[in-house]
Amino acid sequence: MAGLSAGRRTGKEGTKHWWVQRLTSVALVPLSIWFAVSVVVYAGADYETMQAWIGSPVVAGLMVLLIVVTFYHAYLGIEVVLDDYVHHDGIRLASLVLTKGAALLLGAVALFSVLKILFGG
Amino acid sequence: MAMAKRPLSPHLQVYRWQWTMALSILHRATGCALAAGTLLLVYWLAAAAIGPGAFELAQAIIGSILGQLCLFGWTFSLYYHLCNGIRHLAWDAGLGFELDTAFRSGLAVIGASGALTLLSWIVGLSMGGA
Repeated sequence: MAGLSAGRRTGKEGTKHWWVQRLTSVALVPLSIWFAVSVVVYAGADYETMQAWIGSPVVAGLMVLLIVVTFYHAYLGIEVVLDDYVHHDGIRLASLVLTKGAALLLGAVALFSVLKILFGG
Repeated sequence: MAMAKRPLSPHLQVYRWQWTMALSILHRATGCALAAGTLLLVYWLAAAAIGPGAFELAQAIIGSILGQLCLFGWTFSLYYHLCNGIRHLAWDAGLGFELDTAFRSGLAVIGASGALTLLSWIVGLSMGGA
């Protein structure tokens, strides 16, 4: 159980954590290169350009993948940082729950936004 | 539950500062910066979904000096975390552990992320964006 044993997980959970972090990082190599190039191109875009760009199914699909994998990877990373630096059990547990809630909420808002543009809401 | 007084990592203060160690800490720092940067990404996407007014405001905020500074930090953090992440994946595969290799791959990561950041901004600004 995360947060309840001085930041240490059971061996099984630790292995899974490590492995999922690697899987998400491998997926993020092409996704983040694509996104970085997109930001360079679309950073100053006007509203119509942005709608047309995210409104294309391929871009929306890549964006959905990027959002899901990014927030999963970010959560796993922050989890390790909290385990390392927050030594007080209660505060660490609270921070872990808050981080998970923030990752889920932000990811959901981002996904909803992309889908709304895709389906022309 | 009895709490064992186990040492908790990382013990930064007991080590002599080294180049490779600074790079390792920078990986974590850029990771945290990128996690914070997702706020900007979510705001950008949400504004685009809300409507033209909200999106223009978002673009104006991102286009301001503070916005551009954040975006600059974000691009460097992304490229650094990406390049050094690939270096980490190589280590996970058991490659590049020799001291001089690790030192040189670290230099390559700094060079590559600096170059990619500059290139992105030169291209981005010349396209009239940002």
